[in-house]
Amino acid sequence: MSELFDTVWGWGEFLWSFTIVQIVLSIVALMVPLMLCVAYLTFAERKIIGYMQVRIGPNRVGFFGFKMWGLGQPIADAVKLMFKEIIIPAKANKVLFLMAPVISLATALAAWAVIPLNDFLGIADEVNAGLLYVLAITSLGVYGVIIAGWSSNSKYAFLGALRSSAQIVAYEIAMGFALVGVLLAAGDLNLRVIVESQHGELGLLDWFWLPLFPLFIVYFISGVAETNRAPFDVAEGESEIVAGFHVDYSGMAFAVFFLAEYANMILIAALTAIMFAGGWYSPLPEAWIPGGIMGSLIGDGIQWFIIKTAFFLIFFLWFRATFPRYRYDQIMRLGWKVFIPVTIVWLLVVAVMVLMQLGPWFD
Amino acid sequence: MINSMKSVFKSLFLTELLKGMSVTGRYYFRKKFTLFYPEEKTPQSGRFRGLHAQRRYPNGEERCIACKLCEAVCPALAITIESEQREDGSRRTTRYDIDLFKCIYCGFCEEACPVDAIVETRELEYHFENRGENIMTKEKLLRHGELCENQIAKDRAEDAAYR
Repeated sequence: MSELFDTVWGWGEFLWSFTIVQIVLSIVALMVPLMLCVAYLTFAERKIIGYMQVRIGPNRVGFFGFKMWGLGQPIADAVKLMFKEIIIPAKANKVLFLMAPVISLATALAAWAVIPLNDFLGIADEVNAGLLYVLAITSLGVYGVIIAGWSSNSKYAFLGALRSSAQIVAYEIAMGFALVGVLLAAGDLNLRVIVESQHGELGLLDWFWLPLFPLFIVYFISGVAETNRAPFDVAEGESEIVAGFHVDYSGMAFAVFFLAEYANMILIAALTAIMFAGGWYSPLPEAWIPGGIMGSLIGDGIQWFIIKTAFFLIFFLWFRATFPRYRYDQIMRLGWKVFIPVTIVWLLVVAVMVLMQLGPWFD
Repeated sequence: MINSMKSVFKSLFLTELLKGMSVTGRYYFRKKFTLFYPEEKTPQSGRFRGLHAQRRYPNGEERCIACKLCEAVCPALAITIESEQREDGSRRTTRYDIDLFKCIYCGFCEEACPVDAIVETRELEYHFENRGENIMTKEKLLRHGELCENQIAKDRAEDAAYR
């Protein structure tokens, strides 16, 4: 028995000596919980929107004969979608048609590489251009949408793709400007350094959301627009152009688009937590945090990162339950004529604050 | 001037949007209207119009006299009747089919019937597994009538004052 254990251990050590194995394992360790979160985010969305509409949402599917408030629903949905046929339209470009959902999902997941989860966890969080990398990778996500709309060879899909690409490009600018504010404030592109520059004795009040408040709001709303979520979901426009760019998708190919959308939501929420809400730092002032187990629970740590991400995610769902869809010209007006001027003005304010070394953020 | 200032303030600070969100936020905690269907059921009116049935008199004689008023009034043309004279000289149906796919459950047949033979019962949970089962034949109608006679009679008696 112990011999067997030794051999296995030996093999394990041998494999671990390859960097690629370590990298793959750390990617798996991040991706599996992330995909589970994506699955349960769909469930949370249905539940929360249901509650806001004075009904209860899915409550039947459970495990082993127990209902468990419907917690089995996302698993059942996934199984169902996997067994459905992927129909490829006769005149579609097959290769691109199947590649589009993969591109969408890949860009949503790849951005997680540079995200620091707590003071030591993260896949490639030492990359010194982390923020640039995130911007670049999330911008690539629009290709998934455009290719999907173009390759399915349908006018509705194409219209949806056009709307969506124009919208995403417009809001990327406002988003980028909002992030320039964060750069000014933190003085670094590395996401870990950005979080660490928000550390202070005051907890919650030390984070960037306070001095950068307009940028924070602009960033979050642009994030909603970037992910094509309600009220900016003209790309999908269920009541106008059926389902927009993914009308012709079915089965798992369709599901991958949805996974990408929800993965993007989690990504935006996580980035908001990192750049404006102090990442893994506890919101309580340092002086209030006791020692011992209690201290490790409410002190700095990955749990705060998860809680903050979940907090911002709830707003995505809340928006969807509350607001009607924007008209297309209103979306464009908001992006170009409101957000961009607001961010530019506030950039000047931030620059002045940084120059004056205004405490407690910039001293 | 002041008005335009107000509207700028309103849109800049997203006051309307926050109001909307506070409404949905409040509704989140409201008591839910959802009914857990197979376990709980909504109360039914005595005038509920569900699956059809044919009734019999207490002595076992079928009520239907093949007057074909229901067939004539049926807006969906769902009823087909064929009749002939029985040995005792009375007129009876030999065929009485209701196509449940055509039927719109309007209840006109029930209203038209002079002898309260065709009725719609409170039964709403039924299904078909094979093609052709959607036709309610005379036998099926009479069998269903026998099954629910107590409920049918009770509902008619309660409603008698209004008919």
